[in-house]
Amino acid sequence: MALSIVHRATGLALYFGTLLLAWWLIAAASGPTAYANVQAFTGSAIGKLIVFGYTWALMHHLCSGIRHFVWDLGYGFKANEREALTWGALVAGIALTMLIWIIAYAVGGGR
Amino acid sequence: MSGPSSMRTPLARVRNLGASHSGTSDFWRQRLTAVAMTLLIVPVVVVVIMLIGRNHAGAAQILGSIPIAIILLLFIIASTWHMKIGMQVVIEDYIHNEKLKIASVMANNFFCVAVAMASIYAILKLSSGV
Repeated sequence: MALSIVHRATGLALYFGTLLLAWWLIAAASGPTAYANVQAFTGSAIGKLIVFGYTWALMHHLCSGIRHFVWDLGYGFKANEREALTWGALVAGIALTMLIWIIAYAVGGGR
Repeated sequence: MSGPSSMRTPLARVRNLGASHSGTSDFWRQRLTAVAMTLLIVPVVVVVIMLIGRNHAGAAQILGSIPIAIILLLFIIASTWHMKIGMQVVIEDYIHNEKLKIASVMANNFFCVAVAMASIYAILKLSSGV
């Protein structure tokens, strides 16, 4: 498994994705027109895809980062443990992304 | 100074000097901000879900509340700091031209500080209600 590069790639994606978060906060501080522009973007097909990708990148980077933290503490270096941590991070990242979007639609969909 | 005839041992010459020439402080801060964000991620995701589908007035009211503003401020500081260190590691790994490397590290600092300041300003403005 070569998931270290995915950790780095998701980190890079999140780096530039932060612009979206900053744009959203600045729009909220600016006023209704600016905020409506952000909502029009995040509500569009491409916007939803980007926000979905951002969610996965964040959740994967989080889980993969916890894996690195386990290694930093000196655990999980056996071959089977490495495999389990790597697959665990991959599966947990996808599962958390799905969970967040299901909750988001259930809570926010009707508003 | 550090040529073959130097009296300093190879270890003494490299000790505390990574590619960034600033030792292990970035390594520590990278972990510190990572743990901070691991603790903050659940409240931050809850806040974002609270805002979905709300109009500007509703969103501004939520973002301006004291606990939510503080949670977001902490997350922004941790994430932009984490970003700055992470990108610097990537730059130092892949860019070997010294001048380009320094320019890239500088641009990285500017980007991360700008994102941090813009976001912090927005939250403080929402909190002050003007």
